[in-house]
This record gives sequence, C-alpha cells and structure tokens, in this order.
Amino acid sequence: MSTTTQAPQPLVGTPVVRKEDRRFIVGAGHYTDDITLPNQAYAYILRSPHAHATIKSIDTAAAAAADGVLAVFTGADVANDKVGGLPCGWLIKNKDGSPMVEPPHPILCDETVRHVGDQVAMVVAESRAQARAAAQLIEVDYEPLPAVASVRDATNPDAAQVWPQAPKNLCYDWEIGDRAAVQQSFKQAHKIVAIEVVNNRVVPNAMEPRSAIGHYESPTDSFTLYTSSQNPHLIRLLLGAFVLGIPEHRLRVVAPDVGGGFGSKIYHYAEEALVVWASRKIGRPVKWTSDRSEAFMTDAHGRDTIMRARLAVDKEGRFLGLHVENFANMGAYLSTFAPAVPTYLSATLLAGVYTTPAIYAEVKAIFTHTVPVDAYRGAGRPEAAYLLERLVDKAARELGMDRLEIRRKNFITKFPYQTPVALEYDTGDYHATLDMALKTIDYAGYPARREESARRGKLRGIGFSTYVEACGIAPSAVAGALGARAGLYEAASVRVHPTGSVTVFTGTHSHGQGHETSFAQIVADELGVPFSQVEIVHGDTDRIPFGMGTYGSRSLAVGGSAIVKATDKIIAKGKKIAAHMLEASEADIQFKGGKFSVIGTNREKSFGEIAFAAYVPHNYPIEKVEPGLEESAFYDPKNFTFPGGCHACEVEIDPATGVVTIVDIVAADDVGKIINPMIVDGQMHGGLAQGIGQALFEEALYDDSGQLLTGSFLNYSMPRAADFPFFKVGNHVTACTHNPLGAKGVGEVGAIGVPPAVINAVLDALAPVGVTDMSMPATPEKVWRAIQSAKKQNNTQAQS
Amino acid sequence: MSRIALKVNQKQVMVEVEPRTLLVELLRERLLLTGTHVGCDTSQCGACVVMVDGRSVKSCTMLAVEAEGAEVTTIEGLGSGGKLHPMQEAFQRCHGLQCGFCTPGMIISAVDLLAKRPDANEHEVREWLEGNICRCTGYHNIVKAVLSCRDVQSGAAQQVEEKQS
Repeated sequence: MSTTTQAPQPLVGTPVVRKEDRRFIVGAGHYTDDITLPNQAYAYILRSPHAHATIKSIDTAAAAAADGVLAVFTGADVANDKVGGLPCGWLIKNKDGSPMVEPPHPILCDETVRHVGDQVAMVVAESRAQARAAAQLIEVDYEPLPAVASVRDATNPDAAQVWPQAPKNLCYDWEIGDRAAVQQSFKQAHKIVAIEVVNNRVVPNAMEPRSAIGHYESPTDSFTLYTSSQNPHLIRLLLGAFVLGIPEHRLRVVAPDVGGGFGSKIYHYAEEALVVWASRKIGRPVKWTSDRSEAFMTDAHGRDTIMRARLAVDKEGRFLGLHVENFANMGAYLSTFAPAVPTYLSATLLAGVYTTPAIYAEVKAIFTHTVPVDAYRGAGRPEAAYLLERLVDKAARELGMDRLEIRRKNFITKFPYQTPVALEYDTGDYHATLDMALKTIDYAGYPARREESARRGKLRGIGFSTYVEACGIAPSAVAGALGARAGLYEAASVRVHPTGSVTVFTGTHSHGQGHETSFAQIVADELGVPFSQVEIVHGDTDRIPFGMGTYGSRSLAVGGSAIVKATDKIIAKGKKIAAHMLEASEADIQFKGGKFSVIGTNREKSFGEIAFAAYVPHNYPIEKVEPGLEESAFYDPKNFTFPGGCHACEVEIDPATGVVTIVDIVAADDVGKIINPMIVDGQMHGGLAQGIGQALFEEALYDDSGQLLTGSFLNYSMPRAADFPFFKVGNHVTACTHNPLGAKGVGEVGAIGVPPAVINAVLDALAPVGVTDMSMPATPEKVWRAIQSAKKQNNTQAQS
Repeated sequence: MSRIALKVNQKQVMVEVEPRTLLVELLRERLLLTGTHVGCDTSQCGACVVMVDGRSVKSCTMLAVEAEGAEVTTIEGLGSGGKLHPMQEAFQRCHGLQCGFCTPGMIISAVDLLAKRPDANEHEVREWLEGNICRCTGYHNIVKAVLSCRDVQSGAAQQVEEKQS
C-alpha cells in the first residue's frame, strides 16, 4: 500500500495570524527604552527655546555640580573632539548643475541655534530625573535673532536668513521635464486651469518616542547603539563613517522592537551620535529617551509645501500640458533624505494616472527656522497626488464636465507607459479600481443620500481620487544618478539548520508591518517547511546582512524578493545534494511541496533529509558541493513598483458648526500580489487614518517668530477612534512585472490617495453654498468660516 | 523617600519611592514591568493604562505613593494560569495591533469597558477609546477586536446561563 503525503497548503495569499503579536499582547516586546544595561546612565538634552539666536555664553558649572551628574557636554566639547556633523544622504543639483547648499549640522550647536528644539547641551546623570533637574541649572545667554518659519515668508527679499551661504534661504532650485513642450501645449489649449495648494505640515507621531542607548566597551574598544530606527545599517554607516569615525566592524547597531516610524525613524539623529560619544567619554552606557513634547520639536516633520500648477486642456477635456512650481520647506538643516522628497519622490509622480504628454516641474527647496522636514508616510507622492486630484476636479468644474469622465478620458491604459517625468509604469488598471470604488461606495445611490441629508439640513458630498505611486525605491543606478548617496537594493540570508528549520536574516526592518509573519509565509511556501519552523531576524547589524531598512513601501517588493532569490539558491543546492543521494542526474530532480524527487519516479528525499545531509555529509557529493545549507542574496530591482487605485470619500457637513463627518471611506487599490490579506488591509487602514488625519485634523503650526504652537497631543489634533467609521478596502490585482513576488507595496498607499478624496468631498458638499476652495486640514472653524464668507458674498451679489 | 506596599499582578510589593515618582515609573523602572508604555507627557495617549483596584487608570497621572494599598494589574498580569485574557486573544485574532506600542493600554482600557458595559456597541467602543491613541491601525481592527471579544464573552456567559438554568 502506498502512502500519499498531502502537499502543504500554500500560505501565500492567506490571512495568517501574526507571529509577533504574542510578545506584544503580553507586554513582552522589547522597545529601546525597555532595555536597561548594567551601570546605565541617563542623558537629558537641553534644547533651544528660540527659533534663531546666538549663544553668547553657556555656564554649566551649577549643573555639573548637581546631584548625580556625571558629565555636562556642550557644542565646544563636540568641536574639541572633532565630532563630524550629521550628513545628508541625497545631493540635489540646481538647474545650472551646481550642487545644493548643504549646511553643517553639528550634533550639539556651536554658536547659533536655528530652530526651537535645537540641541544645546547634554547632561548625563545617574537617573533620568537628576539629568533633567540639572539641565535646568545650565545658564545659556542667548541673543535672539529674527526668524522665519514659513516658506512664503522665507522667500521674501527681506526675510531672516537661516544660512549665510544660502541667499534668499534657497537650498536648491531644481527642474525636471520639457519646459518648451509645456509652453507649446499652453498655446494650443482650449483652457488653462490654475490652482495653488498647500500641503500642510504634519508631525509623524509614531507612538513610541525615539530612544537611544550608547554602550562603549573598552576591553574590545567596541560600540553598541540601541536605537528606535527603521534602518540600523544606514545609521551604522552614517554614524560610523561620517560622525564619530568608528570602523563598522566595531560598531553594532540594534533596532529592537520599534513602535512605529512612518518615516520619522529613517533618519540619523543627533541623539544617536551623542549617546555613543558620551558613553565612551564617561565609560558607562548612556540612555536617552525622548519626551513627546521633545519629539514634536525634534522628529523630522512631514510635507509643508506650496504647489502651483497650470494645466492645459483641450475642448474634450484631454490634458495637453502641465506646469508645476513647488516650494518645499526643508527646515533649518537638511535631514537625511529631505532633498529627495519634493524632487525624486514627488515631481516624478506628476503624470499621475494620466496621459498628459508634456510636463515640466521646478522645485525650490527653502530653509526656515523650523525642525527639519523629511519623508513622512508617502513622502512626496501624497503632495503630487493631492495637487493633481484637486486640479483635475477643478478642471472638470471649469469645463462643465463630469469629474469621473474627465479622469477616464485621460487614464493611462497601455503599459508599459513612459511618463514625461522619468518613470516607466509597468502595470495598472485604473478603470478597474475606479469601477470597484464606485460600486463599493454605491455611487448610484448617492443622489438619494444627498437629498436625505439635505432634508436634515446637512450638506453631503462625495469625492474621488485616482492616484498612482512609486514604491520599492529603486534601482540603485537610477537613484544614484538622481543624487542618492546610498544603494537601494536589499539583502537576505537564509540559513537552513541541520534538522530543517530555517532562520532568515533580512536587511529590512519591521516596526509594525508584520514581516516576521509575511516573510515566513513566503519562505514556508518556497521551501515547503512548516510556518512554525521559519524565524525571521531583523534589526541587528551583527546578525543581518548589510541592508537598507524599511521605508518607501519597499520591504516586500525589494526585501521579500531578496529572500526569494536566496531560497532559490537553497533549492538549487538542495537539488545537487538530492541528485547524489538519489543517484540521479541533477536535471531529473524536481522540488515540490518540500520534497526533492526524481521526475517520474517515487524516489524522493524530504527537505529535512537534504538539510541533514548537508551538515552531516557522510554520503555527499563533496567534490561538487560544499557542505552546509545557507545562502545569501542581494536584490537590486530593475524599476520602481507602481501601486495605484481609487479612493472615494463621502462626508456630511453640519453647516451650523462646520463639523465634517466622514460617512464612508472606500479604497480600491492595486498593490500587486498579496502575501497576507489581513496585514495588507491593516496597512491600508493605518494609511487611510493618517491621510484623513492630514485632511481634517492635523497641522503643525509655527507662529511668525518660529515658536511651535502645536507642541503636544493637547494642541496637535491626533485622530481618535471616534473620528472614523469602519474603512472599506478592496484590491484589484495587476502583478508587478519585474520582481519574483509580483508585489508592489502597500505601506503608504492609504496616506497618498485619500487626502484629495476627502477635500474633494468637502468641496462637493460645500459647492451648493458657493465655497470653491478649502485647505487642509478642513477643521470645523475653517469650514464654518468658508460657509459664512460664501453666504456673505452671495448676499452681496444678490443685492448688487 | 516613602515606603509603600501594594499588590502588583497579585504579588505583594514593598518599595521605597521618591514622592515625585509616578506609578508608571515605579512599574517600568523599579519593577521592570516594561509592558506598560509611555507615549506622551500630557496624559493623552493612554499607552500607560493599567488596572488599579478594578478601574483603568493612566499610570502617568498617578503618583506611586497614591497606589499604597492598591491592587494593580498590568498587561503582564492580565492573563491567568498561563492563558491569555480573551481580549488579548481578540487583539491577535483581529489584527488589532501593528507596532504593539499602544496595545497594552488599549487592551486594559477595553477590558475595563466590557467589565462596565458587557454589551457595548461600536459607537460606545469608539467613544470609550477616546483616551487611547493608536497611529498604526486607524482603530479599525482595534474596534473589531473589542467587539469580537464582547461576542466571545457574551457567548460564554450565555452558555453558563444555559447550563445553570
């Protein structure tokens, strides 16, 4: 009697419950601040209360003498030790080919502070409370200087200067596209539709505040940094090579459990260098953990652009040409990837999902006396999508066309599609995702719902956004040509143990995305081993291969592909071993469902048997194959991936209060092939919440003197559970054509697509009242004022 | 320094604390119960919620000395006899967490809600969680998890009633 062994059910595409949850739900996660090293000291950083000031003197004597204080450091100590400044990871060139202005970024200020929260001195003490108390004893004599916080003010000729080497506060003036072709298209236009939109400054606010522990061990002259980071290898490279001059083999960076990032934990921050440097100075581990208030004034903020666009359209509503000007706030210093955000990550997306044949964009990056601005969930792509989708709605209104018809008329339908702004989209189906969204939100039933709201005295509106994004940031050569100072590939090692269980070392990092589960699903399927036998390791430079971490929705598309490449090598080697053991030719060996077998026979060896043979090579093709079963791979993608889709939003507005209530949110997306639908939906929910947060609630506000007005959760409006309905998310898959998983990426999609859908819905609701413009966030006050001023205008017009 | 006695996760604890020590500092730094998190400094985020004498409390709003004689339950002590609490199970089952940082506070807060209102509806769950901020999930699966736990618990309660009747 023959026994039939059932092939294991594939896990890819199924909602496997997350492995990592177990430790989090019992409180056994290990975030950086949870780690306490023996003999650990605590750092507190004294920060500038001024947006711009000269430090005339610092007196640290009283602080140094305070209870428990081990050391007090200032900018002078940093300079004496010749500590380098924080480097910028991206070089953008001006229109004339000259490099951008790249000012220094010392880890403790020397003579000048340039934003509220700039780091002035560091106290290290036995306890957190002692360090904090002692810092209050430091006397800093500041001479306040004029400051400028907004892009609009910073470009005025008489504006305060952030850097003497950057006249008019200009960091760079960059361009992309064909200016002449766009000018030509304007001559042929039936109509030119113009818009100016502000993309409001937001604060990422990952729930875990940043934290770092530096640990110098003199017997080995080696350093360890524990840090809440999205990319430990990048931090090791920047900290080691540029700031402290530590060779990489003596610097270990560990990013343990990290409580969210959304971009803000990509960058190399001063505190990471300070704790490592201070640990060597005092000979003890030094921990620093940010307060939330401190996070508001030190974590890189997001967005903050003013964009102006003009769109040339013909009589039928076809787009002929697009001209865009973008003024982007960089803050006071250049954060790690800041220069890339409005250029490489935003201007290249200005074709959107449309066949606009001529596009020209220019980007002016501006210094201000504010916290550095850098990539935040979506990074540049939300700005492009917001501009385009507001503009397309406006074009429809001005042409008297239906807003969906004008979109459909201009959709890209043939792939691959080369845009006029550098990118080549591989796949997509924008009609399908639009259809899906319309069906899910019951667009046919919308007029009745609108009427029903009107009967209750409420204004109802529906808004759409059809968008595309580029993620899986790549390829290295293209990124390099556009200014990246790093490669953007990913690495993986797959170690098969003698008894057949598997440890995978990935260069990506998970801070909530569930890699320990979705990557294990892939490996379990590829190697035919049980899910429980696969462990994913990330976040420790002493364990993982040199990888680039997690951002730009790249982990699955790039990091997952590296894992597949490594498992392919495992299988190829396994076949060689199996061929020897089964006395067959390698060409006759197939691998399926965890078994190596000779094609057309019942002779087979299980994956575990092959693994065991590789480590106990008694009967082994030792002349052809090395013992052991461990393979590494690096994957540098050929292209970006291009998720896209349609987001639809239905709102109801109470005209008496201006309160906007989200009635329905629909996201119909194409994120490529899906490994774990439960995790994909969760990523969508989170992105949507952040996008709606930006559209309705969130804004980081500075006053004219550069004081941060929204410096805590008391005055920065974080979305709460009662602000949202359940989200309706769905997928229409077109597989990515150039990575082995067919995956595109989902991390940022929600935050990119939804803001314009929300604002378009608000404007749709307010159209009967006569309101024609609305900026983010559409707060009750703003909406109420817009209604009042429209009413006033209507009355004046009626009277005249 | 003040000497205080309290029960934490069913264990008697005697410690000396400074008068300024917050309950969350006692839990995290002295008792090394790091499952309770600190996500803000204005008592807004709820990552530090623990159970004190059967009520959910933000442990950053309470001095350790105020917990004298109290019974405190943290996320580490929520399950019993090696078994997870049904709310912990529901959060995992419904993908109610991503980065996990807000999760302990969310779970404890939700447990308190269902203790007070075993039949809470979606609206009540959303309103109750006003003091707990999550940046990852858009609250979608958190609300689902709480409702799912409610259904499991009410189902279990019904079964007990049926057996008794």
